[in-house]
Amino acid sequence: MTTSVRPATHADAAHRLDLLRQMLFIRRFEEKCVELYSGGEIRGFVHLYIGEEAVAVGVNSALTPEDNIVSTYREHGHALVRGVPLDSVMAEMYGKITGCSHGRGGSMHLFDTSRRFYGGNAIVGGGLPLAVGIALADKMRGESRVTACFFGDGAVAEGEFHECMNLAALWELPVLFCCENNGYAMGTAIARAQAQTDLAVRASGYGMPAWPVDGMDVLAVERAAGLAAEAVRSGGGPHFLELRTYRFRAHSMYDPELYRNKDEVELWKERDPIAALTDQLRAAGELTESDLASVEDELATAITESVAAARSAPAEDVTTLEKFVYTPRQP
Amino acid sequence: MTVTEAGQIQTTYREAMRAAIRDAMQRDDRVFLMGEDVGSYGGCFAVSMGLLAEFGPERIRDTPLSESAFVGAGIGAAMAGMRPIVEIMTVNFSLLALDQILNNAATLLHMSGGQVGVPLVIRMTTGAGRQVAAQHSHSLEGWYTHIPGLRVVTPATLADARGMLWTALQDPDPVLIFEHGSLYNVKGMLAADAGPVDIDLAAIRRPGSDVSLIAYGGTLGKALSAAEVLAEDGIEAEVIDLRTLRPLDDAAIIGSVARTHRAVIVDEGWRSGSLAAEISARIMEQAFFDLDAPVQRVCSVEVPMPYPRHLEEAALPQVDGVVAAVRTVVG
Ligand SMILES: Cc1ncc(C[n+]2csc(CCOP(=O)(O)OP(=O)(O)O)c2C)c(N)n1
Ligand SMILES: [Mg+2]
Repeated sequence: MTTSVRPATHADAAHRLDLLRQMLFIRRFEEKCVELYSGGEIRGFVHLYIGEEAVAVGVNSALTPEDNIVSTYREHGHALVRGVPLDSVMAEMYGKITGCSHGRGGSMHLFDTSRRFYGGNAIVGGGLPLAVGIALADKMRGESRVTACFFGDGAVAEGEFHECMNLAALWELPVLFCCENNGYAMGTAIARAQAQTDLAVRASGYGMPAWPVDGMDVLAVERAAGLAAEAVRSGGGPHFLELRTYRFRAHSMYDPELYRNKDEVELWKERDPIAALTDQLRAAGELTESDLASVEDELATAITESVAAARSAPAEDVTTLEKFVYTPRQP
Repeated sequence: MTVTEAGQIQTTYREAMRAAIRDAMQRDDRVFLMGEDVGSYGGCFAVSMGLLAEFGPERIRDTPLSESAFVGAGIGAAMAGMRPIVEIMTVNFSLLALDQILNNAATLLHMSGGQVGVPLVIRMTTGAGRQVAAQHSHSLEGWYTHIPGLRVVTPATLADARGMLWTALQDPDPVLIFEHGSLYNVKGMLAADAGPVDIDLAAIRRPGSDVSLIAYGGTLGKALSAAEVLAEDGIEAEVIDLRTLRPLDDAAIIGSVARTHRAVIVDEGWRSGSLAAEISARIMEQAFFDLDAPVQRVCSVEVPMPYPRHLEEAALPQVDGVVAAVRTVVG
């Protein structure tokens, strides 16, 4: 339906292979995190994105490096595909100086303003007002940037969500609201938390275009995000995508998962976005086993190297504890 | 559960808190628990694990992510004759409900000329120590002690975890219960028939004659450990557990200082404008001429909580720091 508005290259095989590579990148990175967490090398709260990779990859693919991203505590994927260097993300997991937040933030607080990646926000709903403000600044300065704001289905219940929908629509701000509806807010299934579970309907109540997207299909996400981002960029005001997805693992690194049954998880795993695209590319003759093997090799090497670099990076000296509380002043 | 000959059971802080909720639910059918993930998830710190099966979803009520709404609804339900226990996952998230807590819960009685009482209990986790960084780790109970109309309690022992809730529910006014996150796994013996305790008085957890070590909640254990270390050098510290932070038990604090002539306050909050500052001022006002040395405070370093373990440890009050502070005032 949208081929006319997309550059032809986006449909080509190399591009699809790249989308696959990006999803695998997130997946392999996080699998390594699981291992490192189990070994006690990284700590704190670590929220895995496994199962949801198509969302970050598809949306990011529709953005330019000049656009802004505001994310949540489940943001490894957004940061990596945005181009926050792997080594600096891994080092952040270790709390090292070389981390993208100088080790202060850890898994939940990845930041890289040089790549317009504004966190790493771990108060549910707390990123939305930031996105509104960033977009306001862009609009006031006549920039043509889009601010993509990621948040979960759970955030839709917070007052801040509604305040931000209204403000963004009222002021016609260039925000692309990307709701990652994975069906649960921690242990609370969406039907037990939202009076209207059709989240796009909720957003459209604020007068902004909003529609649901299959968040397990990276091409569908990319298409929808492309349309929405272009509309936002060309002055169409905020848009809202409800990206329907699923997290395959626990809310944080581990939870007893008493709130959902195994069959449901297995059913969703059959729709694994990585497997789906892999199958599709294979069937179209666009992916050979050696392509796949070389992607996997390249990722494994990069990830292994990032671990080695993070391990050997220096820890911040305790005397710098109070650094970054205030901006240093010139005397 | 095995009861020893001395009529004791082995339990944990978490189980004691759960027993307190269960007991309150059984005794008074106006009591109900509500908050995020208290039901099917079992509570974010597993305090309410199993209670959903026991009492059902009406009384173990999962809420959407909407702190302002469900705390406010707790206030409304309390006004209308119920006895809600509202759980907020952590004190950092309570800031989304601060408007309701201050502008409604703490204020309604006064501005209605005594007509509208708010017999509400709000429980929340506080404190650091788990490497969960700057949006999940703060100790903000001191802020709440600034607010007239509230009572603020901090169970630090198994007996208080078991006993404070019921007494709080009998209070005609709002009571905030702060549970330090490091305490949930603390194991120990508790009287099998343990029941309600007062929420007015501080307790002397270790008598001593050389210095008053004033602590509460998560810092009590550190103060007791410091007292052990000091005892090896013949310094006898009297360890006071404040138990209730508002209203403060001035008589207990001043009485102890009158005996020991020295005071060190251990408070996980930031030093500036802290609860420790308030206690120090009261000692100055009421026991100035009893003092043989300036009052000392051991507080958190004034920095948002950093992620890496060594920086987090350096930011928090520790046993060594308490011992060192005592040495500056004794001898
Ligand atoms: C204001 C606030 N309340 C509660 C929490 C604890 N918490 C962290 S994530 C989460 C669930 C959020 O669900 P959702 O928005 O659907 O995002 P998901 O984790 O599913 O990606 C909760 C309750 C928090 N971080 N902030
Ligand atoms: Mg969710």
